[in-house]
Amino acid sequence: MVPRRFSSAFRMNFDLFFQYLVAGITYGSIYAIVAIGFNIIYNATGIINFAQGEFVMLGGMIAISLLEHLPLGYAIAAAVLVTMGIGAVIEILFIRWLKSPSVLQMIIITIGISILLRESALHIWGESIRSLPYFYGNEITTFTLGSVHVSPQVVWVIAACTVMMGGLSAFFKSMPIGREMRACAANRTAASLCGINIRNMVTLSFMLSAGIGALAGCVMSPMTYTQYDSGTSLAIKGFTVAILGGLGNSLAAVAAGILLGIVEAFSVSLVPLAFQDAIAIAILLLILFVRPHGIFGSSEMAHLQDF
Amino acid sequence: MRIRKNLSLAALCLATVGLHLLIVATGTQFYLTQLTMAAYYGLVVIGLGVLMGYAGQISLGHAGFFAIGGYLAAALTTRNLQPFQEALPVRMLDCLGLLATGQDIYGAALLTVTPWAACVLAVLAAALVALAIGVPVLKLKGHYLAMATLGFGTIVYRILLASAYFGEADGIVEVPAFPLLPAVGRFGPVVISGDADHRILNFYVAWGILILGIALLLNLIGSRVGRALRSLHSAEAAEASGIDTGRCKLQVFVLSAVYAATAGVLLTHFNGGIGPGEASVMKSVRYVALVAVGGMTNLWGTLIMGVGLTFLSLRGVFGAYDDVVFGAILIAVMLFAPGGVLSLRLKEFAYRLIPGGRS
Amino acid sequence: MSGVDHGQDQEPLLALHDVHKRFGGLHAVNGISFAVATGSIKAVIGPNGAGKSTLFNLIAGNLPVSSGAITFRGQEIQGKKTHQIARLGMARTFQNIKLFHGMTALECVMVGRHVQSRSGFFAGLFNLPATWKEERAIRIRAMELLDFLQIADLAHVEASSLAFGQQRAVEMARALAAEPKLLLLDEPAAGLNIYETAEVARLIATIRDMGITVLLVEHDMSLVMDISDEIVVLSFGTKLAEDIPASIQKNAEVISIYLGENNED
Repeated sequence: MVPRRFSSAFRMNFDLFFQYLVAGITYGSIYAIVAIGFNIIYNATGIINFAQGEFVMLGGMIAISLLEHLPLGYAIAAAVLVTMGIGAVIEILFIRWLKSPSVLQMIIITIGISILLRESALHIWGESIRSLPYFYGNEITTFTLGSVHVSPQVVWVIAACTVMMGGLSAFFKSMPIGREMRACAANRTAASLCGINIRNMVTLSFMLSAGIGALAGCVMSPMTYTQYDSGTSLAIKGFTVAILGGLGNSLAAVAAGILLGIVEAFSVSLVPLAFQDAIAIAILLLILFVRPHGIFGSSEMAHLQDF
Repeated sequence: MRIRKNLSLAALCLATVGLHLLIVATGTQFYLTQLTMAAYYGLVVIGLGVLMGYAGQISLGHAGFFAIGGYLAAALTTRNLQPFQEALPVRMLDCLGLLATGQDIYGAALLTVTPWAACVLAVLAAALVALAIGVPVLKLKGHYLAMATLGFGTIVYRILLASAYFGEADGIVEVPAFPLLPAVGRFGPVVISGDADHRILNFYVAWGILILGIALLLNLIGSRVGRALRSLHSAEAAEASGIDTGRCKLQVFVLSAVYAATAGVLLTHFNGGIGPGEASVMKSVRYVALVAVGGMTNLWGTLIMGVGLTFLSLRGVFGAYDDVVFGAILIAVMLFAPGGVLSLRLKEFAYRLIPGGRS
Repeated sequence: MSGVDHGQDQEPLLALHDVHKRFGGLHAVNGISFAVATGSIKAVIGPNGAGKSTLFNLIAGNLPVSSGAITFRGQEIQGKKTHQIARLGMARTFQNIKLFHGMTALECVMVGRHVQSRSGFFAGLFNLPATWKEERAIRIRAMELLDFLQIADLAHVEASSLAFGQQRAVEMARALAAEPKLLLLDEPAAGLNIYETAEVARLIATIRDMGITVLLVEHDMSLVMDISDEIVVLSFGTKLAEDIPASIQKNAEVISIYLGENNED
């Protein structure tokens, strides 16, 4: 994936290189999941949900709170379900009954929702930084791969992301309701004429998107920690990845997510950590300016989209 | 049209004086500080209002321009240039008589830029950044434009937060007063500072600048270029009428950035400092919320709601729920009154609230 | 296809040379060439999907040509932006009327005056006295045009609240306000009744007599046959015929296309 001369140019030994690579893939998988969350809602509604990052934060926070009463596995499952419920409620309250809202209206509404979720989190959980425990072992547990030490949580993250991707793909391909959602994405009017209830599909897309966001929030929590405002930067990175892969294209989002994760991981050796978020955003701006249809998308298609 | 505009401006001037008299009559002089600050924030909001309402371009990065203005003015008037005395830009400023000498709190010699020069440089810098960012950004629409401006705002925030030169999380403090006009005859000098002696003066300066700001914008909207701006919503027809829509958007974008940066400079001198919170995304979102409440194409509504709500927020009326209030305002306005609260027809509003009522 | 004498002594106002436009696999405009002589009325007709609107969008600069050349007043304009082409003296109306939201009829027409005035950004911002005279002139000219189109009484009514035919008139006034050399009319009679259509026909003839060349796309055959000096017939992106109305009416191929279309209907 990364050319060899890249490593030698920075006089990086192989182990360090591999460490960065693993970190990049781990974070990249999470960005990909956030991006897919964007894509699911975008495909169903044409809306970019600016509150997507808050779903990730909520998943982590709710799981942490439930951990006092439930074992880890159940706490995570319950957190995902609760977040899905929140997603559904948001859609029903704020979006479902709008008649042909403008893009500007939808941007502002979803930004408002993200503020409400973030501030609610602040009032419920305070400003403290929390995290779920490591799913296996603790922060110093590692297993060795060749000569490299890898945290088992990395495996959890990658495995969870892979399973989610596989599950979603199966859902959209094989399940009748998944196929109905794809029909909605392809042509809303035609889908509606075929008797598909579009409004329910939109609600479902919010639930799905909230659910996978929450799951991502849970698996990443032990490594990245969770705070009431950790959603914003995740949302920007997830959006970067969604654009990089071409809006609505989830398979490309995976590749783009891992790409961004790796670039970000290696950038640590070049710029101070404090500027790391700025790197992802600079990449976002660059893509928007140069190739707004994504590195895998075609410009012909982009002309058809509203941007 | 022109008569109505002049009458409205005169009414605003009278309202300003009336506000002062009311405060004197009720003995609530402590409101003056927040009213002064609210006027400066109002300047940002009306500038953004023209960009959003007339040019139809959303910006989620206007706190960035405010911060560029404020931080540059603060840094240039506080950071010691003594070690860089021999550098070419510093020597040029010196030749032009734009440097001021003083002493820091330990009595060491301090060489800084004069507030006027710093103000011009800071606003100019914001204008140039807006120009550079605006060319590619304004080609985007909808979500892409929103994300790009959000990204710009976040980058400014991160840079300020991570740079020692800009004081990291503490920001810049001890920013000197801004002598706007020298003393003439019996009149004392006009100084922008938070000093209690200058409180009434600063109230009038801030509101005077706000009135000037809205007067200029009203001029613009009523002019040939203003008509072009208002036509941007139907871009195809505007282009066919020979209007360079890209250029028009860019001009308004830069103008609104200049408004934000000017407000940033003046408020920083008034407050005696600036912190990274001024550059945060939440601030940008708040400006958008204020424009939305006022009504996108209603400059007076934007002004009234912008100054009013900012004042309440600064007074701490919303308490710990300050951000929640603005988030809720955003949603409620977009759901129930996309044309702004002042354009709301209550009957229609009632119909929408009653399920099964005529929509 | 019998050729028509374009008046070789004079360069045509607008000329298309082998213009192509492809959308992916679709060849929407396939090697169209024709010229519009100064001071004439030329009509482009053809069944739905013949590429008429695409052709208009190529001429006005809304779409880039895939290949070929378009010259207007002796300059190649393909690749120029719409507003640049408008500045050269081309104005247009739209099939689905595009007026400016929130403006009165008068203001809409005043926007059309944009290319004929020059007050800049700062002049507007500071309301410089130099702009006052120009503003007055713009307003007077716009009123004259509304008067010419017999809707002067509606000057201060919000344009989007006017009746359909009145909106058409406002759009026409806006286009005329630019004092164009060439006026593109995209289905000027669509949605109008026969009386209004006759009115539009008279209006277009008057506009031509004022020295403005007119190129129009129209479905209404009576209108086209009455007023056009020449007609271009398009079918599936290619030029089928170009002739004077009398000959077009007798052209077997053209008749078959229109009958064919009617059969499908």
